Amino acid sequence: MTETAKPIIQIQNVSKRFGKVTAVDNVSLDINAGEFFVLLGPSGCGKTTLLRMIAGFELPTEGRILIDGQDMAGIPPNKRPVNMVFQSYAVFPHMSVADNVAYGLKIAGVKGGEIKDRVAEALDLVKLGGFGERMPDQMSGGQRQRVALARSLVMRPKVLLLDEPLSALDAKLRAQMQFELSELQEKVGITFVTVTHDQDEALSMACRIGVINKGEVAQLATPSDLYEYPSNRFVADFVGSVNIFEGKLTLDEPDKAAVDCPGVGKIYLNHGVTGPHGADVWIALRPEKIYLHVPGEGKAVRAAAQDAPDGYNFARGKIKGMSYLGDITLFEIELESGARIRVSRPNLSRHDQEDFTWDDKVSMHWRADSPVVLLG
Amino acid sequence: MAEQDWKTSKRTFAAVSLPTLFWVVVFFLVPMAIVWLYSFGENRGLTEIEFSGTLENYKRATEWLYLTIFGKSFAVAALVTLICLIIGFPVAMAITFASEKWRPWLLLGIMLPFWTNLLIRTYALMMLLGTQGFANKGMGALWEGTSWIKTLVGLQPLPTWEPVQLLFNNFAVVFGLVYVHLPFMVLPLYAALDRLDRSLIEASLDLGAGHFRTIMRIVVPLAAPGIIAGVMITLIPALGAYLTPDLMGGTDSQMIANVIERQFKKANDWPFGAALSFLLIYAMFALIAIQSMRKKVPEVR
Repeated sequence: MTETAKPIIQIQNVSKRFGKVTAVDNVSLDINAGEFFVLLGPSGCGKTTLLRMIAGFELPTEGRILIDGQDMAGIPPNKRPVNMVFQSYAVFPHMSVADNVAYGLKIAGVKGGEIKDRVAEALDLVKLGGFGERMPDQMSGGQRQRVALARSLVMRPKVLLLDEPLSALDAKLRAQMQFELSELQEKVGITFVTVTHDQDEALSMACRIGVINKGEVAQLATPSDLYEYPSNRFVADFVGSVNIFEGKLTLDEPDKAAVDCPGVGKIYLNHGVTGPHGADVWIALRPEKIYLHVPGEGKAVRAAAQDAPDGYNFARGKIKGMSYLGDITLFEIELESGARIRVSRPNLSRHDQEDFTWDDKVSMHWRADSPVVLLG
Repeated sequence: MAEQDWKTSKRTFAAVSLPTLFWVVVFFLVPMAIVWLYSFGENRGLTEIEFSGTLENYKRATEWLYLTIFGKSFAVAALVTLICLIIGFPVAMAITFASEKWRPWLLLGIMLPFWTNLLIRTYALMMLLGTQGFANKGMGALWEGTSWIKTLVGLQPLPTWEPVQLLFNNFAVVFGLVYVHLPFMVLPLYAALDRLDRSLIEASLDLGAGHFRTIMRIVVPLAAPGIIAGVMITLIPALGAYLTPDLMGGTDSQMIANVIERQFKKANDWPFGAALSFLLIYAMFALIAIQSMRKKVPEVR
C-alpha cells in the first residue's frame, strides 16, 4: 500500500488511567504515512481514548506520542497537525456549510480569495459542491458528515482522525460511505486513522487494523491476515464468526500437526505449529470453511480431497438450527457429544436452501489448511 | 391510549386547567383590569375614583420629569443586566465544566440566596456596605496596615482612613440589584451551556482556534437562547425593582417603582399611579415582543 513505510504516528508505551480505571495499557504502535489505519475493538476497549490522545484531547498518563517525528507532549489540540471528524460530526449549527469549512482556514490566517477556492475544492471533494450556502439543519446526517470531512480535509492535515465515522448512518449509506472513504483516502493521500467497533467496516476500509482489547493491542495485521490468521482467541472471536474447540496437541512436525478435540474429533493440519507436545490449545474454524453433506456422501468427497488421513477433519451431527439470510444459510449442528458447530453455506442456486432441514442428519468436513491453532 | 386522554378529552382538560384558570383570572387579571380602568379615571374625594375615560393621567406620566425617571430606571436595569451577564457567564461555564461530583453543590450555592427573604438579604448587604460595615472596616484595616508598614521603612504614613460612602447612592442600588439578580442570570445560562454538545468545542479547538476564540465564535452564539432568556429574566424584574432602591438608594436614586409606590400611598393619586404602572407594563410587553421576533438559532438534532 505504502511505498515508504515511514511512521507518521509513533505511539510509544502509552498508558492512560482515569482514576483507578486503566483505559489504555502500555500500547506501542506505528502508523505509516499514507495508510488507512483502523483501530478496532468492542466498546470501552480504549480505542477512542487512544484516538483522543493523538488529537490532544486527552493526555497520556505514561509514554509518548510522536507525530511526524515530533513529540506531542505539551502541544494542545489546536497546535497539532491532525484534524478530527467527530462521531456526532460536530458541525457548527449556527454557520452555513461554507462557513463551517472555512472556519479553520480563517483562524489559520489564509487570505479570503484562497479560502473561497479551497472551500469550494473541499466541498467538491466530498460531493457537496453547490451546498455551501445551506445551513446544517437543512442537511441529512450523511451530508453533515461530509461537511465534517470537508472541514477537516480543507486544513490539509498530516493525519485525519475519524471517530466511529459511520456508526450513525443507516446500513445502505454506511456501505456506500465505506467505499467513498477509501476512495477519498487514496485521492488525497492523507493518513486516515479510524476508530470503529464494526468489523465489516474495518475489514473493508483498512490497510492495516489494530485490534484493541481491554486497553491493549490484541493483534496488528492486514484485514485478510486478521481474518485468516488470528493470533489469539479474542481476535478470532471478535473478527467474524468462528467455532472454537479446546484440544490437546498430539502431533507437531514441520509439515503437519494434529489436535485431539474431545467431543468434536481429531483435527489435522498440513503445517506445523510450534507448541509443546500435549499442550492445551484451541482450534478456530470459520463456519464458511466447513462443507456440509448428506451422510455417506461426505466421506467420499473428503477422500477425494485426500489432504487428511482417514478419521480426521470429519464430524457427524444433526441440524438443530437454521437461518436463511438470502446469500447464505447458517446452520447450527449438534454433534453426538452435544457440542455445537456453526456452518455457513452459500446458496449457489435458487433451491440450495431446500437441501437441508431441521433434524436432518449431516456430515461435515474441512480442509487441512482451514483450522487455526491458537495458543492463547 | 388512556394517558393521552387529557389531551383529547375536553372535560379532563378543563378539570385540570380550571383551578389555575380561576386563580389567574380572579387574582391577577381582574385586579389588573381594575388598575387599568383606574388609569383612565379621576380622583373624586379621598377614596372615590370616577372612571371618566380621561387621558390626563397618561399625559402627566409622559411629562419630562417622569420620562427621565423611566429612562434612568432603564439605564440602571440595563447596567445591572450587563454586569450580571459579564459575571454570570463565566460562573455558568465553570458550573457546566465542573466535575459531576461538584456540579449539584455549585448549583445549590447559586440557589442558596433564595432560601432567605429578600428584605433580610438587603439588610445584610446594608450592614456590609455601611460606613461602619465590614467592607469599610476591612479596607480601613488594610489602609492602616499599609500606613504602618510605610512608617516601618521610614516613609510618611498615609493620611487617616476616611470611610467610603458605599450606601445610599446609585452604586449601592446597582450593587444590590446585581447581588439579587445574579442567580436569575446564571440559571438560564447554565441550562443553555449544559445542552451544548461538547464535541462542538473540541471541533473548534481541533480546527486551530484558541480557547478565547472558541468561546466567542462557538459557545456564545450557541448559548444565545440562554443569554436572551437570562437577559429578559434579569432586565424585567430589575426594571420594576422597588425594595433595593428604596432601602439602599439615596435621594437621587429613585427608580420608577418607587415613584409608583408614592402615588398609591403618600400622594393618594391612584389614577396617576395606575397610568405610570401601565406605561411600565407596556414597555415590558415591547421588550418581550422584540425578543420573540428575533431570528431563531437553528438547532441541529
